[in-house]
Formats: sequence, C-alpha cells, structure tokens
Amino acid sequence: MRPTVKFLSKSLIEQIISEAKDILCKLGVKIENPELVSKLADYGARIENDASKVFFTNEIIERALKSVPKSFQLFDSSGNETNNFSGNNIHYTPGSSAINFLDYESQDIKQPLTKDYIRYVKIVDQLKYIASQSTAFIPTDVQDKFADSYRLFLSLLYSGKPVVTGTFTAESFEVMKNFLVTVRGSKEALKEKPLSVFTACPTSPLKWGDVSSQNLTDCARYSIPVEIVCMPMAGFISPVTLTGTLIQHTAETLSGIVISQMTNPGTPILYGGSPAIFDIRYETTPMGAVETMMIDCAYNEIGKYLGIPTQAYIALSDSKFLDAQAGLEDGMGATLAALSGINNISGPGMMDFENCFSLEKLVFDNEVCGKTLRMIKGIEPKDDFPAISLFTELLEEEHLLISKHTRKHLRTEHHFPGSIINRASRSRWIEEGSTTLLQRAHSEVERLVSEYSSSHLTDEVRKELINLMEQEAKTHGQGSLPEREV
Amino acid sequence: MELLNQISEYLQQGDDEKVFELTGIAIKEGISPKEILDDGLLAGIGIIGKQFKNHEIFLPDVLLAAKAMQAGLNQIKPLLERDKIPGMGKIVLGTVKGDVHDIGKNLVGIMLKGAGYDVIDLGKDVASEQFVETAIIEKANVVGLSALLTTTMPVMKEIISMLKEKDPEGNIKTIIGGAPVTKNIADEYGADAYAFDAANAIDQIKLLI
Ligand code: B12
Repeated sequence: MRPTVKFLSKSLIEQIISEAKDILCKLGVKIENPELVSKLADYGARIENDASKVFFTNEIIERALKSVPKSFQLFDSSGNETNNFSGNNIHYTPGSSAINFLDYESQDIKQPLTKDYIRYVKIVDQLKYIASQSTAFIPTDVQDKFADSYRLFLSLLYSGKPVVTGTFTAESFEVMKNFLVTVRGSKEALKEKPLSVFTACPTSPLKWGDVSSQNLTDCARYSIPVEIVCMPMAGFISPVTLTGTLIQHTAETLSGIVISQMTNPGTPILYGGSPAIFDIRYETTPMGAVETMMIDCAYNEIGKYLGIPTQAYIALSDSKFLDAQAGLEDGMGATLAALSGINNISGPGMMDFENCFSLEKLVFDNEVCGKTLRMIKGIEPKDDFPAISLFTELLEEEHLLISKHTRKHLRTEHHFPGSIINRASRSRWIEEGSTTLLQRAHSEVERLVSEYSSSHLTDEVRKELINLMEQEAKTHGQGSLPEREV
Repeated sequence: MELLNQISEYLQQGDDEKVFELTGIAIKEGISPKEILDDGLLAGIGIIGKQFKNHEIFLPDVLLAAKAMQAGLNQIKPLLERDKIPGMGKIVLGTVKGDVHDIGKNLVGIMLKGAGYDVIDLGKDVASEQFVETAIIEKANVVGLSALLTTTMPVMKEIISMLKEKDPEGNIKTIIGGAPVTKNIADEYGADAYAFDAANAIDQIKLLI
C-alpha cells in the first residue's frame, strides 16, 4: 500500500471549490491585459465598467476544467520519459530562481556567475532522485535583459534533463521557446514530448499582471506545460486561516486554468503554488513553516480532486546555512509532499525563503528525496508468506546475510544513502576524517562536477543553440557571452 | 499633561476613534499642535516602535497604532502647516521599472505613514525619471526604492546617479530595499541607506532626515 496523508475531507474540498467559484463569479479577477480580457469576454466572461475586471461563470470554469489533461509526461533531450505527472507519482525538481548563491568557502552569499550555474547543471544532471532541472538562479555576468533565457540556454547545453523555468519579461518567451524547439527538432515534436514546464504567477489577491498572463497564453499556444504558481500569504494578502487561504488559492489557480484552456484546450497544467503564511514578527514568508506545508498538501488534494496533476514549493528551508533547521524543514516538507503525492516537488537546493541556492544543500536534499522515494513504495510483502521456510533457514544458519531471500530483496527493500549521510561507527567516522555533513556534501559536489560528462546534444543542435543565444545577446547589445568551460 | 498621555495611550492601543476624539479636544483646549504631535502622537508611536523591535508586539499592533496616529495627525496637519512647523519629512516611494513586486514596498509605505511621514507612493514598475522628477518637484527629503529581482536591482543604481545629477548638493537622500538588496549593494550603488524591513526603514530614515 502506498502510504498517504490527507488534510481535507471530501466535503471540505467541495465547499472550498464552491466558494472559490463564487468569488470568481461575483468578485471577479483583475487582468491587466486588454487583448486577453476581450478574448475572455468572447469566451463567456462578463466585463463590467472597469475594463480589466473579469467575472467568470460556472459554465466557463467547468468547460476549462474538462479540457485540462489528467496527466502528462516530460522527456529528456533524447526523448526518454523522466517525469510522469499522474496519480500519486512524485518527482523532485530544484527550487527555482534564487537571487543569491551560497559560496562554500566563505559560507557567505554572492551574486551567481555563469561558472556557478554550469557547476549546478553538471551536478543536477547526475542526481538520481531529482528528475528534472530548474533554472535555479540567475547568472549576473550577462545583461539583465536576457538573464532569463540565458539560464535556460546553459541548462539545455549541459544537461538532457527537462527544465522547469519561466520568463522575466513577455519578450523572452520567443527565444526560450526556440531553444526548446531546437533541442526537440520541431514544434510538433516539442508538443508530443514536452521538455520544459514554464511558471506563470498570478498576483495575489485575484489579479493577473500583463507579463504573467501573456506568458500563460504564449505557453498555451505552443502546448508548453505550465505550472500556475500563486502566492497567497496567510494573514497578510490572504485570510489568516488555512481554509480561507485555500479558497483564495483555488480561485486564483482556477482563473489561470480558464485563461490557459481558453487559449488552447488541452494545454498541460500543473495545479501549483508557492503560498506561505506571513510571519508578522519578521515580515517574512516562511517556506519551512508547518502551516505553509499544510496549505501545500491541502491544495494538492484539491487539484487531485479536480483531476489535475499538482506542484508545490515545499522541501526547502528558511535557514541561511545547511544546518539542523535546513535539515528539519527540508525533511519534513519532502516527507509530507511525498505522502501527499504532490506530483512535482520544487525545493531542493533552496534556502533563505526562496532567495538563496546552495550546491551543498542540493546534494544533501537529493538524499532527503531518495529516502522519501523509498518510503512511498511502502511495505509490500515479497516472498514473505508463508514465513516458515525463511525462519527455518534463519534458525539453522543463525543469520540471513547470504540467504537467497536477502540477496533477492536487499537492494530494493533497503535504501542506500550516499556518502553524505553518515552511518559509520564513531571510531570509523574518526578514522575516516571526522567529517561534518557540510564537508561531506562539499566533497560530493566536487566529485560530481569532476565526474560530469555529457554528450546529450548533437554538434549541430549545440551550434544552433549557441547561435540563437548569441543572436539574442546581440539584440540586447552584448557582443560576446561569458566564457564557458566544457 | 494628562490629555496628551491619554492620546499616547489610546494610540498604543490602536484606538483610532479615541485618538481622533481626544486630539480634537486638545486642539479646542488650545494645546499647541506641536505639543500634541510630540508629547501625544509621537510619544505613543515611539513606544510602539520600541515594543515592536523587542518582539513584545507584532506588526498588526503597529499598523493599528499607525492608523490611530493618522487619525490624530490628519487633524493637526493644517495647524502645523499654518504655524509653519515642518512635518517629519516627505518620502517618495516606489518599485523600479520592470518589477511588479510591491508587497514589501507597500508595507514600508504603511509603516512610514504611520510613523508620521508624508509618503508619495508612485506604485510599481515606475519609470526612473518619474522618481527623480517627483522628488524634485515635491521637494522630498528621501527617495525610497524597492526591487525584488536580480534583473531589476541595477535600475536603482541608475536612479541614484540621475538624482545626484539633478540634486548635486545631496538634499534628497536615498534609501533602498528588497530581497536582493544588501548593505554592500546599497554602498556600491551610492545609496544613503539600506533597510531590511519596514521597521528598520523607519529607523534608517530617521537618521537621514
Ligand atoms: C510574492 C512574490 C511575487 C508576487 C508579487 C506580488 C506583489 N504584488 O508584490 C508575483 C506572483 C507577482 C511575483 C512575480 C514574479 N516573481 Co516573485 N516573488 C514573490 C516572493 C515569493 C515574495 C515577495 C514578498 O512579497 N515578500 C514579502 C515582503 C513583505 O517582503 P519583501 O518584499 O522582501 O520586502 C521587505 C524588505 O525587503 C524591505 N523592503 C522592500 N522594499 C523596500 C523598499 C525600501 C525603500 C526599503 C527601505 C525596504 C524595502 O522591507 C519589506 C518589508 O519587510 C519572492 C520570494 C521571497 N520569499 O522573497 C519571489 C521572488 C522575488 N520572485 C521571483 C520571480 C522569479 C518572479 C517572476 C519573474 C516569476 C515569473 N516567472 O513570472 C515574476 C516577476 C514579475 C516582474 N517582472 O516583476 C524570484 C526572483 C528571482 C531573481 N533572482 O530575481 C523570487 C526570489 C522567488 C524565486 N526564487 O523564484 N512574485
């Protein structure tokens, strides 16, 4: 049996959805995108005096919900399936778009550079329990205008894993889409085998800005999967109660679903989010708060009830270092997310709310992910019944170390963590250098970077990608790109 | 004075109606607006600020007090202007071009207003020129800039240099904030101050004016 946790009863889910629809129909959503507003009017929405206020109807919400795919897959650059977003399947992806980068030597933050980003991609490419990449932070050694497309470029160049990404401006979509088409070969092939998920964020409360609503429709036009990520903050810009915040989250997410499905019915969607409670003591949005995690798990239940695969920013920490707080918040978040069956779990590597990325934390979190992936396989009998013969063997041999039963099931019954998690006796630990977790994580980072090898792209595709990026840089007045190691 | 103490007390309790009422009585009784401001309203908000910093009270308590402060301030403002008593200071606030994150900036605005400052909030995604022009026209004491994206943070540097060009004597000070901003960045950009949150912003602005 797959273990699961649940926070909401069916009747509470139905009540939350019904209130959310009511809000969409009676209070409406502000959409700062005149073209989109007029399309929504044609689709059946009501527009009143304020030309940006859109009132939905139950009919258009239902119509949109009907066309959302119940599941979809992601594929690596070679076309192999990596993610299957359906049922209670879970996949991990690193936290996305950090502002800062935690430098190992100084344990201080710095502005990330191209070389840091390449190291990151080389590592995530090899992490066993992290299915996709994300554009995890923003290299600051290129012009701001194309920093968003540049990180996708580096990701695609160095790793075949699919990418969770997003644009910072409406204009960047074009070149980012072209990168994806180039790697996949054609628009049709990209639609057939998605290589990326884009993030589109409504503005809480109940608003879509011009850039994000444009992104949502642009992605829909190319059938590029989108995760709708709204950020209600309980007690500040959403109700203080978890239920109240869930109503708001549901309304905002449903509004995104209508926009996307109206533009192109059948566009794959992740029912996502990055809600948080607001900590009135520090004026911050703690991602490691237990209530934040509860909201995440609960909206995932609502998404599943609606038959849509889900995503959440969970399994990340507010700590500033890879310390016990980070371990606690990542461990707890990942465990709850896994037990809830959140399909795309965004978080590994991220700390300081969503502001700082650490490679050491990324490889540590990979271990957390590994454990949870084992956990959700649950307890399944495997040649355990009837028990008499195995126990006869145990009593005769006095151990089962080399029993057939052990040899057959050891590797699947027991999960073997990597070198970061220390399970040596104290004496052996001393003998092996008395390392701290941070030191072991750093060794792992260095090992992965040095062992990286990837030739996932043909020379032709590689050249075309570089060509596209250089063209884009030129249009923004940057003649050459920062040097890249191989 | 008893009445002014009461104003301070009710302000601390966040009772805007009482503060409104008592400020009106104080004016009628002929207490000078400067005294009402200093010994009533500001005295109360000062205690609130200290308690907040010591984690004795939380943000909503401060906001309630701020609202009560406004209720009193609105009444004595015309009198202060009549007596040519300078206000606490005028702050032009906004989120820079290309950036729509305004939650933190709004919070800073609410707190500053609450502390008695005149706040001109230009909103989000604001053109650089607009900050500079407004600051000059309005004779602002401080320009407060917010940015939350790596990619929009450098715009603050541009605004600070534009302002220095238009105001070479440096009468208009600058303060910057937002998730990517640090003290180091503020120094590098030539800003006069940096604040990590709204309460800190009040402390820093006090030092600037
Ligand atoms: C909420 C949010 C949004 C909301 C904003 C809604 C709104 N009305 O503001 C929405 C959904 C619209 C949004 C959109 C986007 N966001 Co956003 N967002 C956030 C989030 C989660 C919280 C920000 C927040 O409100 N915090 C709460 C407030 C109270 O804190 P604060 O803003 O830091 O402000 C405090 C201090 O900084 C200071 N302060 C702030 N301003 C000022 C000004 C002065 C003068 C002073 C003195 C002090 C000061 O005082 C404030 C009060 O304490 C952050 C992550 C994070 N945890 O910080 C990401 C984050 C900033 N966003 C991010 C991104 C990537 C985006 C998008 C590009 C996503 C996308 N692909 O669409 C778009 C950008 C659109 C654009 N062009 O601006 C990234 C930035 C990455 C980067 N390296 O630049 C972050 C870090 C998240 C992440 N890791 O992905 N976002």
